[in-house]
Amino acid sequence: MAESARPRDPAIRAHGLSKCFGPTRALAGVDLEVPAGSVLGMLGPNGAGKTTTVRVLTTLLAPDSGDAWVGGFHVQRQAHAVRQLIGLTGQYASVDERLTGRENLMMIARLLGQSRTEARTRTDRLLETFSLAHAAGRATRGYSGGMRRRLDLAASLVGRPRILFLDEPTTGLDPRARLELWQLIRELVAEGTTVLLTTQYLEEADALADEIVVVDQGRVIASGTAEQLKSQVGARALVVVAADDAEVPALRGLLREACDRDPQVEGRRLSVPAADAALLRRVVRGLDEASLSVEEVTLRSASLDDVFLALTGHGAETPSI
Amino acid sequence: MSETGPGVLAGLRQTATLAWRSLLQIRHNPWELGDYSIQPILFLLLFMFVFGGAIAGSTAEYLRFILPGVIVMNMVFVTVYVGYGLNTDLTRGVFDRFRAMPIARWAPLAGRIVADLVKQAWCIVLLLAVGLLLGFRVEAPWPGVLTMMVLVLTVALAMSWIMVLVGVLARDPEHVQLFGFTALFPVTFVSNVFVPVETMPAWLQGVVMLNPVSLLADAARGLLLGGPVLTSALGALGWAVLLTVVFAPLSVWALNRRLARS
Repeated sequence: MAESARPRDPAIRAHGLSKCFGPTRALAGVDLEVPAGSVLGMLGPNGAGKTTTVRVLTTLLAPDSGDAWVGGFHVQRQAHAVRQLIGLTGQYASVDERLTGRENLMMIARLLGQSRTEARTRTDRLLETFSLAHAAGRATRGYSGGMRRRLDLAASLVGRPRILFLDEPTTGLDPRARLELWQLIRELVAEGTTVLLTTQYLEEADALADEIVVVDQGRVIASGTAEQLKSQVGARALVVVAADDAEVPALRGLLREACDRDPQVEGRRLSVPAADAALLRRVVRGLDEASLSVEEVTLRSASLDDVFLALTGHGAETPSI
Repeated sequence: MSETGPGVLAGLRQTATLAWRSLLQIRHNPWELGDYSIQPILFLLLFMFVFGGAIAGSTAEYLRFILPGVIVMNMVFVTVYVGYGLNTDLTRGVFDRFRAMPIARWAPLAGRIVADLVKQAWCIVLLLAVGLLLGFRVEAPWPGVLTMMVLVLTVALAMSWIMVLVGVLARDPEHVQLFGFTALFPVTFVSNVFVPVETMPAWLQGVVMLNPVSLLADAARGLLLGGPVLTSALGALGWAVLLTVVFAPLSVWALNRRLARS
């Protein structure tokens, strides 16, 4: 090993990462810094460059330009040292479907150089922690989505990594499995693991991350704590559905006046970020005064789409949670 | 890369672990065991009893001819599983997990190939055993059996590189099988595995005798039954060298290219 990590180094540091795949520009200069022991949430739609960033940081992909250090080691020049520090849970559950849960974990422990006894102890422990002990002897092909993700996460923890990369760990999971996985991630963080998490869900970044970076078209377009982003964007959105098409222009004017912003219009559905709590009251009063009839008025949590609309002027085009 | 990766010894240990994993998969996938065990036996029985009388006058006489041939034919088909397994790992993300681990860069591929050679050895032993039960007798000196095994495994290793390439290029495991078997069928059947080359039209004889499958089958016959071995064995080894020199670098290049593209 050429140089060792300095204690004050951030756990993850990236500078000007760029990467093209043919004509597609996946990364257009990504800068990141994740202090040791913290959780960074990378929020963005499909194709924003989240997975590519994770692949560069986990030594799987060489960037066209830019540099990155993980645990103080350069991801290209000291790739082996980086690999000794990290765990990776991919977007698709990368467990061997044709082995049992136990065999999957044993294989990884043995690959990492653990003795048979050590490997068995570690495997049993992880199966227990991740509530997989009952299914340990079954081929993972028959596992549910949630079980697979838990096994995938367990597999990336066999070597007790200091830095963990979770690439969309809950995409495709049902709400209960998602909450279970969140709890497991929180426990890891409490033990001091540094986590970089990518997600399409604002709610997930909000629940788990200390800092959030929003990425779009291979670039970081905003960063801050969840609170900061929400105050920028509005934590909620107010949605009004007009009773008929003729009333849309009037509603539009009303909403623009109420929140100083042009609403997003889809057919008869209009939405605006609800930055302050009094907005709903103002809008309802306005509707009453103008005697406009509406089908629906709702306040809902801001989605990634709202964040994107607010930050970029275009939607995220991803399914909401 | 100006860094020290894991040593060669650690790499070999990791290869062994990964080979063990490939073999372990068979336990949970009985159909795979069928491909390695039942299918070659079925081929042997079918050809022996259905065609034996017509081709060689008697099933016993045909067994002498067909057993070495079926051993070679089966070897060719089993190489497809290298590509199939590799492609499964690539498309399912298992390969990425290995690459993000502090293990030797070559261990995942080497593990596949070692596991495949173990499967190949198993098939040869199985076919020999069934052949002996059916009345096959080794007529050459016994070391010939071992030499035959080593020769067949050497060619298997070389041919595996073609399937590694197919495994890298194919979109999904099903395409590996489709392409693999489609390409290998003519190669195996336009050979002297099933019938002596003398019975074929002259223009075909030339092609058949250049086919590595024919050369290897001839060498295997010589090593089990006595008779000339050297020319055919050298021919088969020549093919092995050629295939390795062409396809090993090509496969590794294609693999690295695929990995750099996603």
